[in-house]
Amino acid sequence: MPGRLKAKIVAGRHLPVMDRASDLTDAFVEVKFGNTTFKTDVYPKSLNPQWNSEWFKFEVDDEDLQDEPLQITVLDHDTYSANDAIGKVYIDIDPLLCSEAATVISGWLPIYDTIHGIRGEINVLVKVDLFNDLNRFRQSSCGVKFFCTTSIPRCYRAIMVHGFVEELVVNEDPEYQWIDRIRTPRASNEARQRLIFLMSGELQRKIGLKVLEMGGNAVVGYLQCFDLEGESGLVVRAIGTACTLEKMSTFPATATHPNNSSPSKDMKDSPQAAPSTLGCRSTHSSPVHSASSRLSQGFSISVPTLLFSGMKPRHRSSEAPRARQCRPGFGEEAPGVPLSSGPPTPLRAQTFSSFSPSKSYSRQSSSSDTELSLTPKTGMGSGGSAGKEAGPLKALLKQQTQSALEQREYPFFTLTIFPPGFLLHVGGVVSARSVKLLDRIHNPDEPETRDAWWEEIRQEIKSHAKALGCHAVVGYSESTSICEEVCILSASGTAAILSSRFMQDGPLDTEHRLSQQPLCVFSAGSERVEGDMGSSASLGFEEVVSPGCGFCHIPYDELNIPFPAQLTYCYCCRRYKVPDVLFTTIDLPTEANVTGKGCLIQARLCRTKKKAQGEGNAMAISNLLPFLEYELHTQLMNKLKLRGMNALFGLRIQISVGETMLLGLASATGVYLTALPSPGGIQIAGKTPSDITYEQHISNMQKKINDTITKNKEQYEINPPEVVEEIIGSPIPEPRQRSRLFRSHSESSDEVSEIDLSHGKKDAFVLEIDDTDAVEDIHALLTDSPTPAGFYSCNTEIMPGIQNWTSAIQMFTSVRVFRLNANLTNQGLNKIFSDLCENLLKSLYFKLRSMVPCCLCHLNFTVAIPEDELIQVAVTAVAMSFDKEQTLENGKRSGEKTLIKAITENDEQLQFNLELNAETSSPNPLGSPKGLSEVGSHPSARAPSVDYSSFADRCSSWIEQLKLKAHTIRRGSVKTTSSMEKASPLPEGRSRSLRSNRSYSGSSVAVVKMTPLSFIPGAKIIKYLGIINMFFIRETSSLREEGGVSGFLHTFIAEVFAMVRAHVAALGGNAVVSYSMKECVFMENPNKNQAQCLINVSGDAVIFVRESELELTSVQPQSATTQTSNGGEGT
Amino acid sequence: MRLHGTHIKLTERSLYSVDVKMSVELDVFVGNTTIMDKEVYQLWLNGYTVNDAVKVRIEGGVMEECEASAEVLLSDTMDQYRTFQMCERLLHHPAKLANQLLFQIPPDRQAMLIERYYAFDDSFVREVLGKKLSKGTKKDLDDVSIKTGITLKSCRRQFDNFKRVFKVVEELKGPLVENIRQHFLLPDQLARDYAAIVFFANHRFETGKKKLQYLTFQDFAFCAGQLINNWTVGAVDNMMEDMDVDLDKEFLQDLKDLKILITDKDLLDQHKNLVCTALRGKTNVFNEMEANFKNLSRGLVNIAAKLINAKDVRDFFIDLVEKFIEPCRSDKLTSIDVNLYLTHYTNSAHILDTFKHHAVWTRYMGVIKSCILRMYHD
Repeated sequence: MPGRLKAKIVAGRHLPVMDRASDLTDAFVEVKFGNTTFKTDVYPKSLNPQWNSEWFKFEVDDEDLQDEPLQITVLDHDTYSANDAIGKVYIDIDPLLCSEAATVISGWLPIYDTIHGIRGEINVLVKVDLFNDLNRFRQSSCGVKFFCTTSIPRCYRAIMVHGFVEELVVNEDPEYQWIDRIRTPRASNEARQRLIFLMSGELQRKIGLKVLEMGGNAVVGYLQCFDLEGESGLVVRAIGTACTLEKMSTFPATATHPNNSSPSKDMKDSPQAAPSTLGCRSTHSSPVHSASSRLSQGFSISVPTLLFSGMKPRHRSSEAPRARQCRPGFGEEAPGVPLSSGPPTPLRAQTFSSFSPSKSYSRQSSSSDTELSLTPKTGMGSGGSAGKEAGPLKALLKQQTQSALEQREYPFFTLTIFPPGFLLHVGGVVSARSVKLLDRIHNPDEPETRDAWWEEIRQEIKSHAKALGCHAVVGYSESTSICEEVCILSASGTAAILSSRFMQDGPLDTEHRLSQQPLCVFSAGSERVEGDMGSSASLGFEEVVSPGCGFCHIPYDELNIPFPAQLTYCYCCRRYKVPDVLFTTIDLPTEANVTGKGCLIQARLCRTKKKAQGEGNAMAISNLLPFLEYELHTQLMNKLKLRGMNALFGLRIQISVGETMLLGLASATGVYLTALPSPGGIQIAGKTPSDITYEQHISNMQKKINDTITKNKEQYEINPPEVVEEIIGSPIPEPRQRSRLFRSHSESSDEVSEIDLSHGKKDAFVLEIDDTDAVEDIHALLTDSPTPAGFYSCNTEIMPGIQNWTSAIQMFTSVRVFRLNANLTNQGLNKIFSDLCENLLKSLYFKLRSMVPCCLCHLNFTVAIPEDELIQVAVTAVAMSFDKEQTLENGKRSGEKTLIKAITENDEQLQFNLELNAETSSPNPLGSPKGLSEVGSHPSARAPSVDYSSFADRCSSWIEQLKLKAHTIRRGSVKTTSSMEKASPLPEGRSRSLRSNRSYSGSSVAVVKMTPLSFIPGAKIIKYLGIINMFFIRETSSLREEGGVSGFLHTFIAEVFAMVRAHVAALGGNAVVSYSMKECVFMENPNKNQAQCLINVSGDAVIFVRESELELTSVQPQSATTQTSNGGEGT
Repeated sequence: MRLHGTHIKLTERSLYSVDVKMSVELDVFVGNTTIMDKEVYQLWLNGYTVNDAVKVRIEGGVMEECEASAEVLLSDTMDQYRTFQMCERLLHHPAKLANQLLFQIPPDRQAMLIERYYAFDDSFVREVLGKKLSKGTKKDLDDVSIKTGITLKSCRRQFDNFKRVFKVVEELKGPLVENIRQHFLLPDQLARDYAAIVFFANHRFETGKKKLQYLTFQDFAFCAGQLINNWTVGAVDNMMEDMDVDLDKEFLQDLKDLKILITDKDLLDQHKNLVCTALRGKTNVFNEMEANFKNLSRGLVNIAAKLINAKDVRDFFIDLVEKFIEPCRSDKLTSIDVNLYLTHYTNSAHILDTFKHHAVWTRYMGVIKSCILRMYHD
């Protein structure tokens, strides 16, 4: 009996009138945990009862503590008839089980009823006394911390990152049980809510066990999802990244500096250093334990090519040769073609799809795993590519089976933001999809089928990553889309090479990352940046890699490129090869050098599909998927080029299946990575050049496109240093991209060469107009309306180029359902779908106009097809205001007249830069050099920086670094703060943002902020109180009376927000970070005047403190620095 | 939530059609901090339909300002209307707004919401001032709506506000204005206005007669303030159980004693002489004043004596106008003259040997004087 749960019911308020006669209520409360129930006395005739109950004590196993919620039911006492339920409160007591999280739950919690919504509030007190249980065979995992945040939480540092953990549990859906026919909707909803609570608890406990096995103490990037499979059951699954975290008691940023900067020579010891994993295999086929040791094995290999071996041919060979072509093989409409020819350029972003409808009902047991799990490839049906793949694939399998470890584990990380130095190189997006037919889960305790499905997909992801020369997948996520009995399983991530440093005990300090928040608006003068930064980084690595561009360097072997890419030398360091375009699912690394600002880029696609059943349906969907993905990529690429950008971050491709259509929505944040070559323009080529009017038409369109590109470049302040190569003597003997241009450039054919391209001196991206579809495509391309003045948008955590956030944030959820009224063609559907996304964005801009200038961050679109001809789009995001002054300044800067000012500024900053660098040594303050480089766009201003950029300089820089480091120690960090102040002339100055912090006027305690981001601008998170994971069902049979569907959902979402806020406040928190609405299933039956909605939300409850308040108390100079940079990033 | 007709129906099958091919069936925006546009709120309060509100907004130029389309405006307006409807229930008990959990609204916004919800049109209140706040009156609101040009929805909201405030303070003890302010979290001036409305409704003062049409609500509110502060029970004794919606019965009883000023011939003459002596040479209309003295004095004292009858209380304002203001006006007295006259009229009574009711006289004339001065305009 390792735990005692205590609950006290204090009072209620705002209760509904339950007795019409007296207009009052005789309320009492039932407190239930597990199978034990306590009751309070009846408090007669009051809408604000004061029960003030005794402490109800439950003595329970900690396993139950983890699984079960505390269930509080408020009832109205009725002498003659049955007592009426007023509503319920489910309290997740998990946060109380962890010593570092909350200690008590106390506060007003909304009483919720699935039919009536919130009905008053109840004030409760809940505590847990936990007795230590050292039994190693225990089934509980109390004390493992869970974080939704996909980065190392702000007040922790990672001692070790163990790796991927996953688990799933299944059950029958109460809604589909026979008993549902005889019970009330309320009972059914409550059974469902309770079941999901239990399942989430169990899932979390099981994952916790795995983490403990791995030697970790926390899960970050915890992503839990529900699959409502209808008849076939209810699946709750979760993935996450196991870590060993250590709480930073004060602000020990100073302490960790040496660690970070010291060369981690012991890197190769990592396998040993990793804790030996216990052999106890948990439940079913979970391939997680000992991930850390295996990972480190992989990481000790510094040359990615070693991983390559037999992989390449299988993957890219078929698609390779044609991938660069403009519109590859649209003539040949064979189903397999798009996959084998690939999207035009997003080579690294290639997705691979495997569809195995045939397999899904063959019900293989997961033990026969790997071979089978990969066979679906052949199910593709495209004879050619499949054949080619099959051979090497088998070979690979054999190879793999040899090392059992390698076999079972997935080097996946659900993180999207990494401690500096963790992410070495990024290969590109890897993804896998598979279409399955659902079948009833016969034995909920052995959900083998579902496990096997995911295993299959993960194996595929893993091999894709290998094909890209990468040993890890970061920013990994999984999702499903279900329509009737068909289920599409998707997984995607970013192939990457990680540093082994963090696989062993080299404490990562997240604050470092903060202090490195990129002030990089513009890194034209990247030479300099690189000079400084490369060397600073060199303190930590044998290999000199600039953090600003290092991650862009290709991880694969140049001579054995897995696909034809156009490689050039890095525009920052000029030493390593970089691809021409980079797609990733992760957040923009904070240290990345970025030119200008970013923006949200969406590709939207609708495809009609014939109604079908079972196998045929799955087959049809399988056949459609590759086309969908191909077109999404084409669209993304076009839109990226149209904005003059060269990289996508946070790419999320969602494919939704309905009865008669498939929806594809790809969202990402486009940026211009300074390290990557400037994207060429888009060039249109007609097929019939003889026709004069046609040519006229084409040249008109070309002009439009060129204009748009110019406009976009202006709007996003993309002024890449086009002259860089000419001015700076290249320290690299090799000729650069020019020479290798034509290698992969087949599109500069004769017919296009006549058209003059104003954009991109070298490679233009050619769109061939060969049919009306293409014309439509181009039109569609141009219809994306620009964001209104004062607005920016992105789907990543932060927007490059904006740091001076104010404290004004507004999280919101918007849901729309559209009915398609007519039979539409694919083109028509596309247009409608695209329009409705655009309109939704426009509405958001309008709604939030009072916050201008502001940026919509973490714009997360979710599309669904709730029923035939209905499209549902849900968006959750946060609008954050930033300082106006700076924007103005920005605008000014982009103007021509600032040259002189720029020069002076440059001088000033030069000094500052050195100083700063000296003082903060390893976690180098990227900001300043970047700010500097901003100025660098003017040739004259850039001139003095050439020295720094030179290769020779960098080579010797480590000596300098040592000297500088010595400086740091001598000077102490107080100076740092002052130099920060000096930095105020910086375009994106930090001190200014600090000032804006101070102007923040205090808010009352009751306010709970919510944000999908992992931080709160202008504030410091001082404590994580635990994970919030709530599931609600709301149903009505008086839809009209509640204001129709909109009124119903509006109320429900507001109620969900209210309940999240109340629970956070009861935990003692004042904010939810990394908030997300993972599920919003809305169903209506207007004829019956009924509607039902399910919402699942999650996030991390935290306590934050305003930086302005912190400053007053903080004495530690280093922490001042941290705050400063914090402010820079998040104000 | 009882619907007062101020609620729009958003239950049509589709909210709006974007084009023939597609219609929006559901459109919802919920912010963690509830977003409320003041302008839209005002339109909602004014009882505009969604479509009318959109039109007004388009004319207001918000579209050009924000690069929005009519569709965006429609969506936004509907959303806001829905939010306001959901809030309305809370606005009926403003104290709830502060401790409810459903909407996260910053305190200044809450204050704005309440203040504007309880704000009323002077032209509307003028129509119902002094009427019984009953269902019957509510039924007649469509006439009021037509007459004033204020939408019926808005009329109903304002009427219901009056009624709600009335019902709540009716049962409360203590100072009226303070009760209203605390209970409805209204700013001081608005609380005073509501106190006046409640006071008028309680005593059913006649305000609708043609002769009273020239008076504004603010005139009446001022007078109500005077009455509340001087003639109610609360005015003399804050500790009293009773509240200050009702006039001090004892005082009203005492007022009958003032009759001596007109029934006693000597006293009347004496009074007249004193006043005339004081006024002589100080005004151009001395002759008229002298000629009218007895008439005016009789008027005022009769009003005082009758106040003990509830029915005559109702006619208090019409009596003031008929018995005093109109005669003065026909004699072309300026308000300075009236002030002068009333000052001396009040003061002289104290010098009268046989007149003993100084306290009652002062309490009565103080209010009468300020009311008349306030009401003495065109």
